[in-house]
Amino acid sequence: MTERPLSPHVTVYRWAYTMTLSILHRVSGIALVGAFIVTIYWLTSAAAGSAAYASAMALLGSAPSKLVIALALIALCYHFCNGLRHLAWDVGFGFERAQARRSAVVVVVVTLLAAVVLIYALFRAGAGAA
Amino acid sequence: MSLRTPLRRVLNHGPAHDGVGHWWVERVTALALAPLAMWFAISVVALPTRDYAAVTAWIGSGLHPVLLGLTVVLAAWHGWLGLQVVIEDYVPRNGQRLLLLLLSTFVNALLAASGVWAVLRIALRTAA
Repeated sequence: MTERPLSPHVTVYRWAYTMTLSILHRVSGIALVGAFIVTIYWLTSAAAGSAAYASAMALLGSAPSKLVIALALIALCYHFCNGLRHLAWDVGFGFERAQARRSAVVVVVVTLLAAVVLIYALFRAGAGAA
Repeated sequence: MSLRTPLRRVLNHGPAHDGVGHWWVERVTALALAPLAMWFAISVVALPTRDYAAVTAWIGSGLHPVLLGLTVVLAAWHGWLGLQVVIEDYVPRNGQRLLLLLLSTFVNALLAASGVWAVLRIALRTAA
């Protein structure tokens, strides 16, 4: 098989913050595969019965787990918002440079707001561990 | 001069036949996952408590098992397609790439099957 050059040739371009959002879409996507594994573990524990569920919740309720879950929620909000931005591009909207830069700012702001709300709701007092 | 069209020359040589299908399914699963993922995340964080009884009751009630099963399958499918693109972009064309692609395929299939089975078990227990 011929050794064709691999895309993407990202290093030849001058940096613009939209590029950071682009790579973060992949980073958050990979992170969400990890979050998906944890979610399936949680669902499987609930299916296995109350004892298995309790030990899973003890594990997910520890401080390091909470940090990971908070990061996963940020990844979810980001991948969701930036994914909608990608879908808009796919149907031909917002491709101009100024529009892409404006939508990048909107994505970051909405991601942070949504993540703060979700993280607060998840970890609020009285809702049970994790 | 060859009478073969450019399309004929690339068809059936490598991935020339289904690239658009991959791209399209990635978008279709994204479109379906957008409302489902939002529904799942908001529902779980909004549960008054997350003890065993409350969580299994929520999973088992009404249309929730159907939507949750769909979410699990589509998330695994979308994640599988996404990981494939990332692996193909960054891992050189060698045995390691094939290994990672196979690993992603098997892990995502296992996650989808486990998730659906878990939802079914909970839903059937709650319904009984």
